Amino acid sequence: MATVDLKDVKKVYPSGFEAVKGVSIAVPDKELCVLVGPSGCGKSTLLRMIAGLETISSGTVAIDGKIVNSVGPTERDIAMVFQNYALYPHMKVYDNMAYGLRNRGTPKDEIDSRVRATAKILELSALLDRRPRELSGGQRQRVAMGRAIVRNPRVFLFDEPLSNLDAKLRGQMRVEIKNLQRSLGVTSVYVTHDQLEAMTLADILVVMNAGLVEQMGAPLDVYERPASTFVASFIGAPPMNLLALTEGASGAVLADGTAIAFAPREARAATLGFRPEDADVTFNAEAPSGALVLPALVEAVEPVGAESFLHCAAGGNRIVVRVAGRATATVGNQLRVVAKAEKLHWFDQAGKRVG
Amino acid sequence: MIGQSPLRTVIAHAVLILGILIVAFPIYYTFVASTQTLQTILRPPLPLLPGDQFWNNYTEALFGGVGRIGGVSVGRLLLNTTVMALGIAVGKIFISILSAYAIVFFRFPLRMVFFWLIFITLMLPVEVRILPTYKVMVDLGMIDTYAGLIIPLIASATATLLFRQFFMTIPGELVEAARVDGAGPWRFFFDILLPLSRTNIAALFVILFIYGWTQYLWPLLVTNSSNMNTIVIALRKMVSFADADTQWNLVMVTAMLAIVPPILVVVLMQRWFVRGLVDSEK
Repeated sequence: MATVDLKDVKKVYPSGFEAVKGVSIAVPDKELCVLVGPSGCGKSTLLRMIAGLETISSGTVAIDGKIVNSVGPTERDIAMVFQNYALYPHMKVYDNMAYGLRNRGTPKDEIDSRVRATAKILELSALLDRRPRELSGGQRQRVAMGRAIVRNPRVFLFDEPLSNLDAKLRGQMRVEIKNLQRSLGVTSVYVTHDQLEAMTLADILVVMNAGLVEQMGAPLDVYERPASTFVASFIGAPPMNLLALTEGASGAVLADGTAIAFAPREARAATLGFRPEDADVTFNAEAPSGALVLPALVEAVEPVGAESFLHCAAGGNRIVVRVAGRATATVGNQLRVVAKAEKLHWFDQAGKRVG
Repeated sequence: MIGQSPLRTVIAHAVLILGILIVAFPIYYTFVASTQTLQTILRPPLPLLPGDQFWNNYTEALFGGVGRIGGVSVGRLLLNTTVMALGIAVGKIFISILSAYAIVFFRFPLRMVFFWLIFITLMLPVEVRILPTYKVMVDLGMIDTYAGLIIPLIASATATLLFRQFFMTIPGELVEAARVDGAGPWRFFFDILLPLSRTNIAALFVILFIYGWTQYLWPLLVTNSSNMNTIVIALRKMVSFADADTQWNLVMVTAMLAIVPPILVVVLMQRWFVRGLVDSEK
């Protein structure tokens, strides 16, 4: 029904600041694309350019194959959910939802049936006569969603819609947004700085940094094969352990002097990484071959319930290791951290993935 | 106050009552005088209780016409002043809300120049530019017209700045949400900006209506015909230096009538904008 195609999109502000430095993304029909990155990476600017709220300095934005660079936000037939909801404070919930339809000259009875149907989906039927200030944060969020859904647009745009909610509600709404998006089948672009939201919602995950796309792909692919140290440290909680390497006589050497013979040549003077859950701890002295073995000192233990995180000093760095259930190790224990060779990630001096 | 003793309550009330007396007594005394015959007023002391001439004096002033001001009735004066005060208040709000809207929400060349031009007019009150303005009014044939009374006073830098400050507090997301919802500039203005400005408009209306009602210098210049006088001017004209020439009872009636509309506006609008303040709490 609708695709969104960005081709080499750039945004340069009059001050000369380049917020987006050439981004190309293709969002297929009915899929949800999540733009994730730290604040200031250009993800919101990019979204606003898709919405038509921000002019495009160069490159093209196409919706359904038609370039919309010079089309206003109204004619693009998109709906946007804002971070602060941006509900009209003087209008009732009903009018908030009906406003967009009225502006498009939709007949009154159709507006009524669509608003009521949408309110039913979002469980807002009882609140239609309230004003935004009489609603809780979660309810306002729903109204903002309703205002987008009721229009039945070609594309949904979400600008960090959950960042003002508390953790529990956020988890709930995340599932709801995913279900709604899937059942309505509307192509969506979603901006967030929360990697958990990004991982769980995305069909296509786009990791952005400093105005550029660092990596794009299915969420689990990005998780399993991060293209750079930036992606590796941004996606995943706790983030991937990254250890600095120097080139030694026969392979790479960690900061504490541990030599790693099987390090690929390009990564020898750069970075080694492994995920907290890809490592094990052992008190045994013998080391399995073809694995990274690091003597480690436990500095802190974080029991979360189903799992525990051991914060250790190892290889001249701080690392985190995830162990299932209760941790047997306690603070001050000397142990070994073992990570299988195939679970290791290698990055070159530019921070790019090797192998 | 914490730990109120009866003595404190008594003192507090005494002070308040004294304050009210000081403020209200002259007005009450004016009212008393407006219900007496001219003879009673001219022969002191003036009684403290209203006399029996209420009906006579008020009907004579309102509908009869007063000799010293060219036989114009106070009713006519009230009409003139109301038209002028309403014109000034509504006109000022209309112009300043539109200019503030342009300055805050639109990007156009020389935007800041226009803003500063408006700002600079703050330094040019009516009195400073009164001669050139008078000349322009004469040339345009606006002497002795409502337009002549209203238009030169309509531009308001203060109100423009006030609306500008308020508009700048409206979150950008709200503007963008409206754009995505298909609201063009006019729809945004009428559907969103105007309803949100209700309280500001109400407050400004009160201030500007009273400003217009009490104008003295400009109406004095621009009206020659007694028919176009405002109540403040007429009040001044009714008072002669020779006591005997002045119909003090009618002067008092006119004074009483002159303060009624501003009081009405304050009382009615105050209730309205207090409600508005409570309503718009976010």
